[in-house]
Amino acid sequence: MIILEKNNFEDEVLKSKGLVLVDFWSDGCEPCKALMPDVEALAEKYEGKVKFCKLNITKARRLAISQRVMGLPTILLYKDGEKIEEVTKDEAKAANIEAMVEKHV
Amino acid sequence: MENLYDVVIIGAGPAGLSAGLYTARAKMKTLILEKDKAGGQIVTTNEVANYPGSIEDATGPSLVARMVEQAENFGAERKKEEILKVDLQDKIKVVEGEKNVYKAKVVIIATGASPRYLGVPGERELTGKGVSYCATCDADFFTDLEVYVIGGGDTAVEEAMYLTKFARKVTVVHRRDELRAAKSIREKAFKNEKMAFIWDSVVEEIKGDGIVEKLVLKNKKTGDITEIEAPEEDGTFGIFPFVGYIPKNELFKDFLETDKGGYLITDPDMKTVLPGVFAAGDIRHKSLRQVVTAVADGAIAAVQAEKYIENSFED
Repeated sequence: MIILEKNNFEDEVLKSKGLVLVDFWSDGCEPCKALMPDVEALAEKYEGKVKFCKLNITKARRLAISQRVMGLPTILLYKDGEKIEEVTKDEAKAANIEAMVEKHV
Repeated sequence: MENLYDVVIIGAGPAGLSAGLYTARAKMKTLILEKDKAGGQIVTTNEVANYPGSIEDATGPSLVARMVEQAENFGAERKKEEILKVDLQDKIKVVEGEKNVYKAKVVIIATGASPRYLGVPGERELTGKGVSYCATCDADFFTDLEVYVIGGGDTAVEEAMYLTKFARKVTVVHRRDELRAAKSIREKAFKNEKMAFIWDSVVEEIKGDGIVEKLVLKNKKTGDITEIEAPEEDGTFGIFPFVGYIPKNELFKDFLETDKGGYLITDPDMKTVLPGVFAAGDIRHKSLRQVVTAVADGAIAAVQAEKYIENSFED
């Protein structure tokens, strides 16, 4: 998975063609850490079809809020730089993330 | 028999991990199943100050990490899997997960509890958009913003104080005119300059277009409705409801005895009405739900499980 930061978010996500998935997480978010291996597995499964990225919001809080993310874990799916769908909190489970991706690939 | 365990434990919070540690150490083939990360509710708590012997600055995650390591060192197996169905009536219990089916001589139910929702309009839609039940997950977002904590018990007040490390101001909204939280916690809260209180009030509605913008409160004594708006320069604020818990009893409530809150009833040995089925931790009917009582339940259930297996299964 691509590690996003403040300075590469625009290039990797907003200016990127095709499907980009962003996993918003933080150091203090235990549910996020629990979910991460599932997202990594999906990253392998959809390699070449969807660009999987992760953003630690601890150092990029304003950036996350600019994407209307105010709670973790949240997974956003972008197409051609536009946010098209998301799952958050209790809904952010492997099966739901896969279903979201599957709808658009 | 394939996949036959001595003990299958559902839930890897402190109760389940403690039970697993004890049964594995007693050389019983032990499996701990958990749908999320190990640890249960305690991993969303930053401070564990009242667990006897916990080292200074112990956090929920650090305490749980040590419990997991300890259980695994004694040979407990751990799998991440959500359980969809159980059949616990017969001598050999069947536990069906998303991926596998497990069989066991004993099942220990340690599924715990989860935060109760307010049940008001806007709450579900704005969860993750300013409404949060996990301070350690989401506190970062509210750095220098305002936060409203709903509730007046220990958890509400402790989480409110944790949030003052981030937020500009934290207001506790409570339905009564005094806090239910323990005296030591109350005293700290009243001294904290970032804390404010709104008494006798309940949440009627949460409003916002994709993000929390307004909180509608009703004063229970006067009936007055107050609408709190986000300060213009902030655009939003946080709402953290901590109004109690509900037991995760869905798989069991139809055939096990529960109290009126839905918690499973056991005897002092953690036995339920079904032979070979035990319950431990927050899922149980009891007066104090803490790590220290959860691990005690787990240990008792484990020892009783061993006795049950010795008496009921002949090699």
